[in-house]
Amino acid sequence: MTPLVDALLLQSGYNAALVAIGAALLGFSTGATGTFLFLRKRALVSDATAHATLPGVGLAFICMVSLGGDGRNLIGLMLGSAVTATVGLMIVEWISRRTRLAEDAAIGAVLGSFFGLGVVLLTMIQTMSAGRQAGLEGFLLGATAGMLFQDAVVIAIGGVLAVFATWVLRRPMTLVAFDAEYAAAMGYDVRKIDLMMMGIVMVITVVGLKLVGLILIVAMLIIPPVAARFWTDRSNRLIWIAGFIGAVSGYLGAALSASAPAMPTGPLIVLTAATVFFFSLLFAPERGIAAAVVRQRRFQARVHRRQGLLALARQEPIREPFTLRLLSREGLIRPDGVPTETGRAKASKVARDERRWDIARKVHQDAGLTGRYDGLTPIEEIFTPDEIQDFDRQIGPPVAVGALYDGG
Amino acid sequence: MVLTPAPTAETPLSARGLTVSYGEKPAVFSVDATFPAQSMSAIIGPNGAGKSTFLKASLGIIPRLSGDVSVFGTPVEKARHRIAYVPQRASVDWDFPTTVIDVVQMGLYRKVGLLGRLSGQMTHRARACLDRVGMSDFGDRQIGQLSGGQQQRVFLARALAQDADLYLLDEPFAGVDAATERAIVDVLKLLKAEGKSVVAVHHDLSTVREYFDHVFLINVRRVAEGSVTTAFTTENLNATYGGRLAATHMAKLGGVAS
Repeated sequence: MTPLVDALLLQSGYNAALVAIGAALLGFSTGATGTFLFLRKRALVSDATAHATLPGVGLAFICMVSLGGDGRNLIGLMLGSAVTATVGLMIVEWISRRTRLAEDAAIGAVLGSFFGLGVVLLTMIQTMSAGRQAGLEGFLLGATAGMLFQDAVVIAIGGVLAVFATWVLRRPMTLVAFDAEYAAAMGYDVRKIDLMMMGIVMVITVVGLKLVGLILIVAMLIIPPVAARFWTDRSNRLIWIAGFIGAVSGYLGAALSASAPAMPTGPLIVLTAATVFFFSLLFAPERGIAAAVVRQRRFQARVHRRQGLLALARQEPIREPFTLRLLSREGLIRPDGVPTETGRAKASKVARDERRWDIARKVHQDAGLTGRYDGLTPIEEIFTPDEIQDFDRQIGPPVAVGALYDGG
Repeated sequence: MVLTPAPTAETPLSARGLTVSYGEKPAVFSVDATFPAQSMSAIIGPNGAGKSTFLKASLGIIPRLSGDVSVFGTPVEKARHRIAYVPQRASVDWDFPTTVIDVVQMGLYRKVGLLGRLSGQMTHRARACLDRVGMSDFGDRQIGQLSGGQQQRVFLARALAQDADLYLLDEPFAGVDAATERAIVDVLKLLKAEGKSVVAVHHDLSTVREYFDHVFLINVRRVAEGSVTTAFTTENLNATYGGRLAATHMAKLGGVAS
């Protein structure tokens, strides 16, 4: 464990510390900017963008070498990848807007062709005599061994810019993701906002290429917001929670890779994020699987309580042992099965609620709403007062409990 | 047929020669329409007649092949701050991570701008709009937990938050319960009383007379327009629906002039 603790405390050497800080910064910005990709349901566009960076890396290298410079200058390679990523992005956008092909088809076509072109260019570079070509393939899966201070600075600046742009555009981007037609009616240029969103994603993709590589950067953009979605129902919080998850994954993943020899950084960061995702999937309140199981158990108890109280209201015998135990534990019946004062009061309230629900189900054919007829939720929590008044009008004057349920 | 007068600064919405086409089949063809101020107008026609398309194209949500649209005498692009749009409920993903009050506040985004804060005053205003549609206790719910009628009320509250002069609604009563329909109509009538104009795509012929003052009948082309008393006639309905309305249905419409 000691190497991991050292790495977590940034004590594993200068390079490891740089990588951990850079990965945390990158994780925060990919998580925050990826949120809107996820909300707009265009996660895979970023995959096309990422793969379209590869020919740019190759072309930039060839250009810089033929001009007599250092072919591995990071800024130059990033500029090159930004250019081809933008071209790829524009082609995807153009195909899905101007032809009858759907966006996923456009993504598939662009992703494949640009990646193919990139691999061809990298292979050609291997045979070039000039330049120190070793290391270019690191852009595929990320390479952190030779990370310089200036690389960390580039990530920091790019990340801050992308997060700032996301923050500034959060309202129009939320509006477009939720209700594009309404946004258009308000005068927002939906296409421009979409392009700006993809532009932000393109910038952060290029920034993250060196660290996690073009194949895995998509995971850094998408997994944090997907995991964050389990923890909140509000999009403005989603941005920051996703950023936080991304940062933690980046830092932990980098520390893990530094603690063991020859462990790849990018894949470990992504696996850490995936672990956070699975943890959220299982244990998040409300939306998690464990919460769903607990809810199911509580629901069962509610149903039994409700059925028991209804049986009391109808003066029918209760036979199910679980129901009897539940009612007597809650002091609604005496051990001999006779309802207590509280039990009688609750039974008559439940009977009235039940009559209102009967009307509610007739009025609202909407399964989403009447499906939440769970026995414990008072009708007041589901319907507005005027809706309930409407039900009461249809119920008519109060009827004695016995008379209403005659004959079942 | 009444000649449509030239749009003035008082005319909330008018279209000239509006054509919209999906592929090479026009959904709306060369339509002229003028909607009067301070009244409630219904856009009526059979399914696929281009009612929603007409509304969306007027707003520039979908591109128009030809035609001009003016709002209060200026091109629609320059009058957006005076328009509030209520889209169809089915057009959004109701599992989106947002709450009722967040959705209502979307109506304020243009006023707040990119960097402005949603101040307490703005939140107060959003709450007041929610109260107007009878949903003040639902502000913090996730929007997926609402019934269809409640979702429609939230959309209306969002439009109210825009404080516009012209309200355009796309099938506001489709799939909502009776209580919601009443609540929405009450709000719309109040808007009219405040001097605002309301234009709604409407599909229930039996309530046209009760809710609206003005009708616009469309089936790809304009069929008729005018006040309910002059234009909502059996003859015009037959021309719009092309005999798809049975005689018994017509009779049920009661007050329809023959």
